[in-house]
Amino acid sequence: MKNEDVIVTEGLTKRFGDFTAVDQISFRVHEGEIFGFLGANGAGKTTAMRMLCGLSHPTSGKGTVAGFDIDRQSEMVKKNIGYMSQKFSLYEDLKVWENFRLFGGIYGMKDKQIKQKTDRLLEELGFQGERGTLVKALPLGWKQKLAFSLSIFHEPRIVFLDEPTGGVDPVTRRQFWELIYEAADRGITVFVTTHYMDEAEYCDRLSIMVDGQIKALDSPARLKEQFHVKNMDEVFHLLARSATRTDS
Amino acid sequence: MAIVSVQNLNMHYGQVRALHNLSFEAGQGEIFGIIGPDGAGKTTLFRILTTLLLAESGEARIAGFDVVKDYKTIRTLIGYMPGRFSLYQDLTVEENLKFFATVFNTTVEENYSLIEDIYRQIEPFKTRKAGKLSGGMKQKLALSCALIHKPEVLFLDEPTTGVDPVSRKEFWEMLRKLKEQGLSILVSTPYMDEASLCDRIALIKDGEFMQIDTPRGITESYTEILRSVKSKKMHALLKDLRNCPLIKTSFSFGDSYHVTVKADTTTEALKEYLVKEGHEDICIESIPTTIEDCFMSLAKKETI
Repeated sequence: MKNEDVIVTEGLTKRFGDFTAVDQISFRVHEGEIFGFLGANGAGKTTAMRMLCGLSHPTSGKGTVAGFDIDRQSEMVKKNIGYMSQKFSLYEDLKVWENFRLFGGIYGMKDKQIKQKTDRLLEELGFQGERGTLVKALPLGWKQKLAFSLSIFHEPRIVFLDEPTGGVDPVTRRQFWELIYEAADRGITVFVTTHYMDEAEYCDRLSIMVDGQIKALDSPARLKEQFHVKNMDEVFHLLARSATRTDS
Repeated sequence: MAIVSVQNLNMHYGQVRALHNLSFEAGQGEIFGIIGPDGAGKTTLFRILTTLLLAESGEARIAGFDVVKDYKTIRTLIGYMPGRFSLYQDLTVEENLKFFATVFNTTVEENYSLIEDIYRQIEPFKTRKAGKLSGGMKQKLALSCALIHKPEVLFLDEPTTGVDPVSRKEFWEMLRKLKEQGLSILVSTPYMDEASLCDRIALIKDGEFMQIDTPRGITESYTEILRSVKSKKMHALLKDLRNCPLIKTSFSFGDSYHVTVKADTTTEALKEYLVKEGHEDICIESIPTTIEDCFMSLAKKETI
């Protein structure tokens, strides 16, 4: 049996000059878990996420993602993760199937495998009719669902979602979370950031970063209990208000 | 008097319909919210009202002036904060502010009282280039620049998108203070929870207004019977609710599901159904309607 924790960090730190963006964070994310990574703007979430995705070298401390060292084996990390952000996920000037072809190719999948998987995914999403449509002609909600499917197209062990539902309409936002649940049911670990506090409640566990440090980490139910409040919005406000580092 | 008055605005981009017969009025001194997801037409509407884009058809007036014929007058009367940061990245905080004051033939000192509360927070960084500011600081500088010529109406296009809940609250606090100083504010947002902070709102989807009213008026006009439902096994619960013949819709809302039930369905009947499906610790409550419930209900009607 392999190590069941797909993310492990110990004292992970990133400094820019005399500014400590991420300050000794240590945490573990279990296989198949939906892990919410919360924090105010400027708390250090993006910097931490970049290190976990192998895009930025830690100043000190260490971490492994999908069993690979994020500092020394960053290329292996990249091959074993999926990534989706709100801003960029799909090539707008390519057709739906061409996006799948491109991403599958980048991750080294075989042509036949790409074709079979594209067929199956489009059927699952009910998008068969849009196979040859340019991505830019699709409604935003569809794009986000496609982008998510694409981010786990190569069956990564873990997928990083950076504010995947920002600006998405309320119905699509909920359908999007159902896709996240399905992925987690299949064993894919989901690491997600969001500014919607109702979505924080959908996570198995979550952490809240304040001034570069992880100030709370637990299940939503236990966090609410710990802070004696009714919802995650209040937990967030209680913690984020203690920030001394200002983004203002 | 209406400070913004819009009649039958229409706009297409190629085949795509961006705005469809939009009409509304925003009153003097009002915070009027345009609420809807990305791609609903919010930015197109703002660009037409700020005289930056010509509508295909229809009419719009700002403080009685026509957005086409009187565009020059309107530009002196309005402040505009676009969704994308559009100040000069290579100028410092101070230089940006001074530049916008000069363009409008005024000085920073003359209208300082209007921006004081906001600008004071970024003044310690006044010699920093705008491009080097954090997101929150950029937002405050952009708002200061939009206010420096003492406009009558403020147009804020998604000022809080991508902003964390604490900073969003602070931003709305600033808007409330500006309103107290007599400004009329038109603001767009994809966050439904910000609706209650507006005096009146329009819910927009696919270029059309689904409803215009006070937030309270909108929630009061909701005709469905709404309940929140929880049980021990939340994941299975959603599937069972979707299959339940007593239920019309079910959506996740934080740690519970909001369901609308068919007429004559009692809480007991629903509970009984869920017990039969093997659920434990079932909790069904009557809850107040939120704007998000209304938005989803209206959006559903539109697509049918």
